[in-house]
Amino acid sequence: MTRYLLTRFASLFATLLAASLVIFALLEVVPGDVAAVMLGLNAAPEAVAALRDQLGLDAPLVTRYVTWITGFFTGDLGTSYTYRVPVAELIAARLWVSLPLAIYALALSTVIAIPIGLIAAMRAGRPADSAIMGVTQLGIAVPNFWFAMFLVLIFAIQLRWFPAGGFSGWDKGLWEGLRSLTLPALALAVQQASIMARVTRSATLETLDQDYIRTARAKGLSRTQTVLRHALRNAMIPVLTILGLQFSFLLAGAIIIENVFYLPGLGRLIFQAITQNDLIVVKSVVMLLVFAIVLVNFVVDLAYAAVDPRLRARA
Amino acid sequence: MIELDRLSVDIRGTPILRDVSLSLAAGEVFGLVGESGSGKSMTALALMGLLPKGARATGAIRLDGEDLLGLSERQMCDRRGRVLGMIFQEPMTALNPVQTIGDQVAETLLIHGRAGRAEARDAARRMLDRVGLTADRFPLTRYPHELSGGQRQRVCIALVIALRPRLLIADEPTTALDVTTQAGILDLLGRLVREEGMALMLITHDLAVTARIADRVAVMEKGRIVETAPTETLFRQRRHPYTRALFGASTHQPDRMPATGDAPLLSVEGVVRDYRLPRRTVLGPTPMFRAVNGVSFTLRQGESLGLVGESGCGKSTLTRAILGLEPVQAGRITLGGQTISPAMPNAMRARMQVVFQDPYGSFNPRHKVERLIAEPFHLTGRPADAGKRIDAALREVGLSPDDRHKYPHEFSGGQRQRIAIARALITRPSLILLDEAVSALDVRVRAQVLDLLADLQARHGLSYLFVSHDLSVVRRITDRVMVMNAGEIVEAGETAQVFRAPTHPYTKSLIAAAPTIPEAWREEETADAG
Repeated sequence: MTRYLLTRFASLFATLLAASLVIFALLEVVPGDVAAVMLGLNAAPEAVAALRDQLGLDAPLVTRYVTWITGFFTGDLGTSYTYRVPVAELIAARLWVSLPLAIYALALSTVIAIPIGLIAAMRAGRPADSAIMGVTQLGIAVPNFWFAMFLVLIFAIQLRWFPAGGFSGWDKGLWEGLRSLTLPALALAVQQASIMARVTRSATLETLDQDYIRTARAKGLSRTQTVLRHALRNAMIPVLTILGLQFSFLLAGAIIIENVFYLPGLGRLIFQAITQNDLIVVKSVVMLLVFAIVLVNFVVDLAYAAVDPRLRARA
Repeated sequence: MIELDRLSVDIRGTPILRDVSLSLAAGEVFGLVGESGSGKSMTALALMGLLPKGARATGAIRLDGEDLLGLSERQMCDRRGRVLGMIFQEPMTALNPVQTIGDQVAETLLIHGRAGRAEARDAARRMLDRVGLTADRFPLTRYPHELSGGQRQRVCIALVIALRPRLLIADEPTTALDVTTQAGILDLLGRLVREEGMALMLITHDLAVTARIADRVAVMEKGRIVETAPTETLFRQRRHPYTRALFGASTHQPDRMPATGDAPLLSVEGVVRDYRLPRRTVLGPTPMFRAVNGVSFTLRQGESLGLVGESGCGKSTLTRAILGLEPVQAGRITLGGQTISPAMPNAMRARMQVVFQDPYGSFNPRHKVERLIAEPFHLTGRPADAGKRIDAALREVGLSPDDRHKYPHEFSGGQRQRIAIARALITRPSLILLDEAVSALDVRVRAQVLDLLADLQARHGLSYLFVSHDLSVVRRITDRVMVMNAGEIVEAGETAQVFRAPTHPYTKSLIAAAPTIPEAWREEETADAG
């Protein structure tokens, strides 16, 4: 087990190092002088040079890379070229929206998907299964922004249970914050839950075909007991894989939903930063996302080992 | 105690079982034999109420007077595990890989509400002790993957006898196990039946296994029981033609000439094969495992040489080294004087072909027979008369040239093994390695394939290296035999001599453990024939 942890840790750091080098190098080769862009077309060359110096753009590559990386530990990631505020503050504010939104959406999706996936597997080929498969097919096919608008029409405009957009901030209390994230989280969760329900169903069906299920039935377990006590945990490996992928996607990929609900999230930040050539923000947000994704994969690896004793032994 | 009365099963209109009637008394071992597809396992599943979807059973299954077919699913759940227990063929996959063995044994008691958690754990401990898995080496916290096949089968037995069922059904419980392990499991089952007064229904394709422990035997063919009799009577009299056919096939001696040539073909000298094991500490040395340790032998032109041993003895590793698939760490292997290594030229590979055990898994299901058989031509370049040679190869193995346009799934297991042999013949090799090549086949099909192999050897002067765990087959078709244990050849010699008077203790234990039909029971065969 220690060995398993150590190898996972080693691969975590190697991935982060490689990713940071690639991100840094890519943004170095992007054409366009940031200082010139910031000062406009008619800027005096001396002014541009002065700004470059101020931004630290003339320092050697290695120095700039090291400054950037150490910035992650000290919280000093430089100042945004366009917003003129520290990048760290900018990211932190957005993270407080995107991270809860991703977790909220994922929690909703898991709570919906696993039970209905199991029900579909246990009733494979029967009407309940066909109905669940049909609904999840629809859930995958319908774009989430369309579904988001639909939710707004019903729950925000008609019923007035939730706000139609914007984010109240966490200062007004947990409940208010959650209230403004509920519709976006639901809109995101529908698609993810549809995918996960299908994965749960097929993984469970596959385990139900295994010999140890027959052994369990021969012991006197009912079909439901067999699924809950033996099939579920064995079916968790593919489900965990999907869970990890979905969290990574939700963290950065919610940009359309953020736009629909006018939420100040990471997706919108990175989109704006790219269009405005605010590379210093792009660089750090991308690195942060990479870090989050690698971390999620690490957690998923640990979860695999928790579920399956054979993985603990092999490593 | 348990009685099947004209049990019939249909699956979506297809008849599976027809009028199966039999009865078992407490303390009795009842053997149910037949070939695959004869309905043995379906009979067991019908008894357990675990028939597949779409199956319909008629007739009656009475256990102590109660008709099981009339019970609801809920009532059957209560009977299963409590009065009816079943163990299956494949111990490697029969246990839940993510649960400890203790939990799996205790579950039988918990699910039937017969014990609280602590009590169930104590009972699980007692049961594991009972089946020979002692607390010092097999704590309840062990996981199935930490156990060997035989040990896992013992866990399966422990969880099934936890509530002392009235009837224990064992479906090919030892088929996947080595002979010495098999002997241990059969002894254990026999002892439990006597001590607990259970009835045991032992389902097997292996007549010798029933000869060893069954009190009575029923023979099944195509969903019907064709003959039931006390074991000895059944073996001596063989009333039904199908019983005679099975018996004949399982003791079938292919008509083969002893090898005459002296010219050495394959020579193995002091071969050593090491494997790396995973490191124990991150920076520590890589531990090595010596799978083959200083093995030497010669295989002559036209000779059949047997290589027997239990799983893990190194016979497969040696086979891969001989095929030149893996490098050896010491020693030399030569074929016709040329050294075998992973880097040897294709022309040399063409002189040596292999037939594996699994006729289902060793073909690409999307290729036609023609393409499958022609595959080894990539070693030699496709000859101009390739088409003719494919036809000839098919004819040689008893198939028709028209079969070349079919896919593997259109053939039975025995026919697929014939295709595999045709593929091995296509490059006109001088040596064929048969790696458990007939182990997965039913006795009658096996007898036919053994005849085919003997016939091909006579016609083409082929040499065979026959790798198998099945002593009875090796005994019948090899000139010489080698016994391998823990990476070394512990005994080698003329097959008849080794089997008659083994010298090494390991060979002795192997031969003693292999179930056989007593010589005395076979005699009447000649009387019948005469």
